[in-house]
Amino acid sequence: MKTNSLWKDAFIRLSKDKLALVSLIIVLTYFFVAILSALGLIASNWSQEVGASNLAPSMEHFFGTDIFGRSVLLKVIRGTQVAMSVGVAASIIAIPIGVLLGALAGYFGGWIDDFVTWLYTTFSSVPNIMLLISITLILGKGIFAVYIALGATSWVTLCRLIRGEVMKHKEREYVQAAGAIGGGHFRKLFRHILPNVSHIIIINTSMQFQIAIKSEVILSYLGLGVQGEPSWGTMIDDAKLELVRGVWWQLAGATVAMFFILLAFNILSDALRDALDPKLKGK
Amino acid sequence: MTKYIIRRLLYMIPVLLGVSLIIFVLFNVVSGDPTAVLLGKNATARQMADLREQLGLNKSLFSQYLDIVKSAFTFDFGYSWATKQEISQMIWQGAYPSLCLSIPAFVISTVVSLLISVFVAYYRGKGIDLFVRVCCIAGMSISALAYILFFQWFFAYKLGWFEISGFEEGFPNFISYIALPAIIWIVLSIGPDVRFFRTVILDEIYQDYVRTARSKGLSEITILLHHVLRNAMIPIITYVVIQIPSLILGALLLENFFSIPGLGGMTLNALNSSDFPVMKAMAIISSVGYIIFGLISDILYTVADPRIKFK
Repeated sequence: MKTNSLWKDAFIRLSKDKLALVSLIIVLTYFFVAILSALGLIASNWSQEVGASNLAPSMEHFFGTDIFGRSVLLKVIRGTQVAMSVGVAASIIAIPIGVLLGALAGYFGGWIDDFVTWLYTTFSSVPNIMLLISITLILGKGIFAVYIALGATSWVTLCRLIRGEVMKHKEREYVQAAGAIGGGHFRKLFRHILPNVSHIIIINTSMQFQIAIKSEVILSYLGLGVQGEPSWGTMIDDAKLELVRGVWWQLAGATVAMFFILLAFNILSDALRDALDPKLKGK
Repeated sequence: MTKYIIRRLLYMIPVLLGVSLIIFVLFNVVSGDPTAVLLGKNATARQMADLREQLGLNKSLFSQYLDIVKSAFTFDFGYSWATKQEISQMIWQGAYPSLCLSIPAFVISTVVSLLISVFVAYYRGKGIDLFVRVCCIAGMSISALAYILFFQWFFAYKLGWFEISGFEEGFPNFISYIALPAIIWIVLSIGPDVRFFRTVILDEIYQDYVRTARSKGLSEITILLHHVLRNAMIPIITYVVIQIPSLILGALLLENFFSIPGLGGMTLNALNSSDFPVMKAMAIISSVGYIIFGLISDILYTVADPRIKFK
């Protein structure tokens, strides 16, 4: 029987799952929109007046206009850029920290393990929301503080998972074999074990991404996030006063934009876990 | 067993020291000089020096750290910068409205989620199971803020069924104020709860002992309630217990939207006025809660499941 690698196998299984494929396309579309917006190719003129104040959605303005007559659609696009950038930045900070600490702790054990376990237990003992608002308050409001805060909170789960998985792998025969032919600790850890636990990084990042998006919206709503730029959170904050006057489209725009990306990541995370986690294979 | 519990109890000490260290680094080291913020632009150097003295910021960093550690054990957090009240007093007052909201909401949402999970586990793979799962995932994909805004606008403002905001002390009075935020809390937690409970129950359903029970001729409902649910209760109880400390913090956003004068609202006020001592106190109190209930949940897990071996 011909056997495929884990990744090829996972890809084949993922591509059979129509719902997961659609989710993947949605996620990629959001990334594409965010990149175009970041490059200034679309929605760079979001602050311009395009019509009267608080126009309801129409064929001309799909999502209506806000109190200053700015297009809500363009604000939603700028908000997409902010939300996706937070997810990416949080992952860029969290993955190296989580993987490195988790791998070292799981492989070497001893005092390194004690230290890393203490470190992530400590971080997970402070409620996430308290840590998030404290860090953004102290570092000064703004998107940069949100990146750091989310990076500082989201490495914990990854570190714990990687540690556990590396611990399981280090006694396996393939690692002993690598040692027998003269591979040192770092070769065994980074060349042999890590590729075999790397699926955890993918699954966890997909889950952390939605947490990052949700947290950014709440932090921005609280006034701690991005300043002077539209974000889904600040749009919802505006809507707080507008709803009473019947202006519902800012809330709807931000909520709908958020709904599809979170839904896509939710479905994708489940599908990735099923496709990549060999324990569930065949179930 | 006793040895394990004692070891876990002792482990609380380094964790508590670590939590104090995070709070210390954030609020006493990175934050810079808070007196400039507190006194405004026109403060003289003399005034700032006086205030630093008064707030205890002249002490060495090490003794500032010790103060934080001490407060984690004594719960004496000093005075608020914004309201000048004693913080332990403020927390005592804020706990009542917070708990009035969080306890009923938490209990009801857990029971409702459990009932739904057992129901869909019974009909697993059927249309109703799929429907509930889709609802859970869709529900979890909507921002909590959107739920709160919409429910408040629709049920309280448009239909006038509930108070829009505020709080009144004393039993039956507070019910009309907490009813709507409690409903929102329940709606928000059903999604993740049902998803978790359902997975746990289904994990058990495919075990060998269930097949044995079935071959004995027991009815599906007896198997589900007497065999499966009992075993599934272990992860469910730990999941529930570990959430209890979040009740202390109340629901930050819900209290804020509905102007409930609880601990969550207090924390956000402190955030807006850069009231560091109150923020620190809330961070410490909620962390202590997390540590204690994390410990309880671990111990319950090991007590309830004899298969777990102690190292």
